[in-house]
Formats: sequence, C-alpha cells, structure tokens
Amino acid sequence: MQAPVQLTISPRLAKNIRRNVKERMIELILMLAALVAVATTFAIVGVLLYESLSFFKTVSVVEFFTDTQWTPLFEEAHYGIMPLVSGTLTTSAIALAVAVPIGTIAAIFLSEFASHKTRETIKPILELLVGVPTVVFGYFALFFVTPLLQSIYPELPSFNMLGAGIVMGIMIIPYIASMSEDAMRAVPMSMREGSYAMGATRFQTAIKVVTPAAVSGIVAAYILAISRAVGETMVVAIAAGQQPNLTFNPLESAATITAYIVQVAMGDLPHGSIGYQSIFAAGLVLMAMTLSFNIIGHWVRKKYRESY
Amino acid sequence: MATVTTAIKAEARDLNFFYSNGARALKGISMPLYENKITALIGPSGCGKSTFLRCFNRMHDLYPGNKYQGQIVMHPDNTNVLDAGVDPIEVRMRISMVFQKPNPFPKSIYENVAYGLRVRGENNKRIMDDKVEEALKGAALWSEVKDRLHDLAFNLSGGQQQRLCIARALATDPEIMLFDEPTSALDPIATANIEELMVELRSKLTILVVTHNMQQAARVSDYTAYMYLGELIEYDDTDKIFTNPGRKETEDYITGKFG
Ligand SMILES: Nc1ncnc2c1ncn2[C@@H]1O[C@H](COP(=O)(O)OP(=O)(O)OP(=O)(O)O)[C@@H](O)[C@H]1O
Ligand SMILES: [Mg+2]
Repeated sequence: MQAPVQLTISPRLAKNIRRNVKERMIELILMLAALVAVATTFAIVGVLLYESLSFFKTVSVVEFFTDTQWTPLFEEAHYGIMPLVSGTLTTSAIALAVAVPIGTIAAIFLSEFASHKTRETIKPILELLVGVPTVVFGYFALFFVTPLLQSIYPELPSFNMLGAGIVMGIMIIPYIASMSEDAMRAVPMSMREGSYAMGATRFQTAIKVVTPAAVSGIVAAYILAISRAVGETMVVAIAAGQQPNLTFNPLESAATITAYIVQVAMGDLPHGSIGYQSIFAAGLVLMAMTLSFNIIGHWVRKKYRESY
Repeated sequence: MATVTTAIKAEARDLNFFYSNGARALKGISMPLYENKITALIGPSGCGKSTFLRCFNRMHDLYPGNKYQGQIVMHPDNTNVLDAGVDPIEVRMRISMVFQKPNPFPKSIYENVAYGLRVRGENNKRIMDDKVEEALKGAALWSEVKDRLHDLAFNLSGGQQQRLCIARALATDPEIMLFDEPTSALDPIATANIEELMVELRSKLTILVVTHNMQQAARVSDYTAYMYLGELIEYDDTDKIFTNPGRKETEDYITGKFG
C-alpha cells in the first residue's frame, strides 16, 4: 500500500461562491412561482372539502347520491345531486357527439389534405372561435339554435339540453381540431412515406397510418374537450334551463352542476347556510368528475403512447 | 439488341431532377436496371443517390414543386413512369421501397405486412394469412415472430423492424425493389442477414440499392453506378468497378482517397 498523497483544491477548481449563490437565488424564485400554483390548487380543494364537510353534517352522503330531487333552496329541501349530474352528463355527451367527429375530421383535413396556404388560413379562424366569450355562445344557443330546432320539433321547450349541448359542441370543436392536428403533424414524414410507397392513397394513409400513430395525442384532445364540456357554465346556464331535472332526455330542460353553482353564487345566500354550503358539495362532485376523466385520459395516453 | 432490351427491367434516360427550391439534383442520368440483378448506387453524401432512387417510385410527387425531366422507362410495359399520364400509385404498386430508417406502422406485425394487400382491397383472410407468412419467410423473419404476429411492430429490434419493412414491401410481389441504405442503422449481424436476403430476392425481382458501404456494394451487387454531384460518373459490372474502374474519380472514391 502506498501512502495516500495529500491533495489540495486548486483555486481554479474550487467552488465559485458567487455563482453558487446566484444559482440558489434563481432556484428559489422558480420554486416560489411553482409553489403559488400548487398552493392555490390545494387551497381550492381545501375550501371545497371544508365547506362540503359542513354540508355533509346536515345531509347524509346516501341521501346526496340517491335522492332524485335537488331543491336545496325550497321550503321542503331535497339534496340529491343526481339531477344535476344527469344534466351535466347529457349536455356533455351531446357536445362530444358533435365535437368529436367534426373536430377529428377537421384535424385530418387540415393535417393531411389541406395545402399549406389553406391550413394557414383556416387555423387562425378556428383559434378565433376559442376567443369568443361563452356568454355569446349561450345566447346563440337560446336565440338561434333552439328556434331552429323548434322548427323541426315544435314541442321542444325554449330551454333544452339539445340546443345547449350542440352549441357547446361547436364551442369545443377548435380544441379537438387544433390539438388533434398538432398530434397528427407530429407523426414523422417517414411513416407517411412508408405508406405511400406501398401504393396507399392519401386517404388510406391518413386513416390507416397517421391517425393510429397520433392516437394518444388525439385522445388527449378528447379528454381536454370532455373536461371543458363538463365544466362549461355559461352556455348551459343560459340555454339549458335552471330547473334540476333527473333525465337524460336531451329534449327536456335541465340544470347542470355548473349552472346551479352560478345561479346560487350570484344570489345573496348567507355564508354558512345550507344553500351556500351546497354549492361546494356540488363543486366537489364536479371536480371529482373532471379529475376522473383526466385520470382515464392519462391512462389511455400511457397505454397507447406512440413510439416512432 | 432485342436480347439486351428484354433483360432490362427499367432504365433512366437522360434524367434530370429539380427540387422545389430550383436545385438541380440529377444531371442527365442514363443507366439501366437489369432484370433479376442487383444494381448498387455509390457516391459521396449529397451526390443524389436517394434523389435518383426516389424517382423510380415517384416519391418526389409527395412534395409540391419537385420536377422530373427525362424518362424512366419500365419494361415490359415500355412506359415512361415519369409521364404525367402515369398514375404514381400504380407505379408504387409494382415498385416497392425499403427506407434507410426502419419505418414500421403503428400496427401489429401481421398488419404491417398485410398493409399493401389491404390497400389493394384484399380481404380474404386465408389469402392474407398465406401471403403474410410467405413474405415474413422471404424476409427471414418468420421463425422469430410467428408466435407473436399480433404484437405491436415497435416492440421488434431495429434489425427485425427493417426485415419487417422488407416483408411489407415483399408481400405485394413487386417487380422492382428500391433499397435506400437499408443497413446503415443496423449492426454487422443484422446487416449480413439483410445482404443475404437481397441476394436471395434477386431470383424473384430486380433490385436497386443505395449504399455507403463499399464492401456491401462489392459483396451483393452485380452492377455498380458511381455518382458525384448529381452526375453519373461511371456505370459498369461491379467486378470491373472495384478491380479496374474506368475513371480516376471512381478509383479515388473506392480506394478512399476521396469522400
Ligand atoms: N427536399 C430537398 N429540397 C432541396 N434539395 C434537396 C432536398 N433533398 C435533397 N436535396 C439536395 O439534393 C442533393 C442530393 O441529395 P440526396 O439526398 O439525393 O443525396 P444522397 O446521395 O442520397 O446523400 P446521402 O448519402 O447523404 O443520403 C443534395 O445536395 C441535397 O442537399
Ligand atoms: Mg440518401
């Protein structure tokens, strides 16, 4: 064994204190910014849980999920969330039935068929649609789409889930189209070339190769669209009606969770009253729904993760 | 003369090619592809080998603004496949291609091989099964994948993926197969497999292969063409090119004095 040689740290290799301090400061600032976002989320969840807890001291969880009526503000109050859930699911389902096919087809067209010029013209227009205030869409549903539907089906009430759902669908088309298009354009050209080289047409290539290759991105777009639809407030509050109604019939009028929340939140209920607390319980359900869709989406994405 | 033309599967005649930016990537190339032979294309990077290869199946049509000038005549049709009246899809049905980087589709192994048949409207399961098996055997991949035909193709190794792409190109019984540096992404063993495969395939079809690997060209090909800056410098029997090239440029390139 050799005797260990005494090593020194040469000043040229020693730790640079000034640089280290500066790095630490930057790190701290970045972390604080991230912390604000995380803390806000936790605060919201905390408030939701806290107020809901008081709510569930008065109303049993079983009643909450099984009662078929939601009339927290009435003399004879009922606290069944299901009528609001049915309204939310029905309007969202209609919206998706409109937006998924149209949005996907639009994405396929833009990504695989449109010339560069066409794409550059249409995409900004689509994205403009995202900027339209939702209240405008609400009135569009109430004063244009519903009368149009009534000319086909005269018994349709002025407030109905069909009109609201369709307009909500139109509203989320750009999300699906734009995100799916991004996913499809990210598919490498070499994969398309492989398909063309086999004698495939443009359409065959788009449907059989590009779309499956982009599926995880497309699914992500659908999930985002579902979250948007479930959380959408203005359109349904204006055009679907404000009466909680346990039905999945799109031709009826019904309230959604979000519609109920704005309706109550805009009134002047005293803090701590059961009506006030009920909007937090409803909000909690809404969040649970959105969250579960996001988890499903995450899972599907992972399962079909593309690897080029 | 007649005997020579029957042996020619395709030939380029004074072929020029212009990319959409106006760059002239091919300059007056004329050369034959003999039937049931392997023709190798060699030359330094950027000399236009891929550009030339991709003229044969009209790949350049996929990008607007590209322009062909001159002819690639395919036999026995005696048709210029670059003619505006020729349907590029019909051309690609008969001339298939294997790319430099394996590019399997996001489908099962089976569906990858069946793709060309499906595109052609084939739906009979029995015929399809047979063709898929035959193509996988032809690509020396059958024994490795026969128990997992319905696994995703992405789970195969790089060499297996490349052989899958060969099987895919084989399944439709092409008359000509184009290989663009098919082994540049593979290890020596996988490379040897593919070279062996090309030699076997020669009895069934005509092959044009781009390669950067001099030994590969010498090992597998019957004819070799040396390109430089978009021009065909020399075309001859592979033996002749590698032992006694007619042009000084060719010799410099082959002996590594250049490129
Ligand atoms: N899409 C394109 N647009 C414009 N010029 C191009 C395009 N593709 C290739 N070129 C040019 O054409 C010439 C020939 O390119 P090509 O890809 O055919 O070369 P290559 O011989 O295959 O090279 P390598 O051995 O590196 O693959 C090059 O100068 C290249 O820069
Ligand atoms: Mg190349």
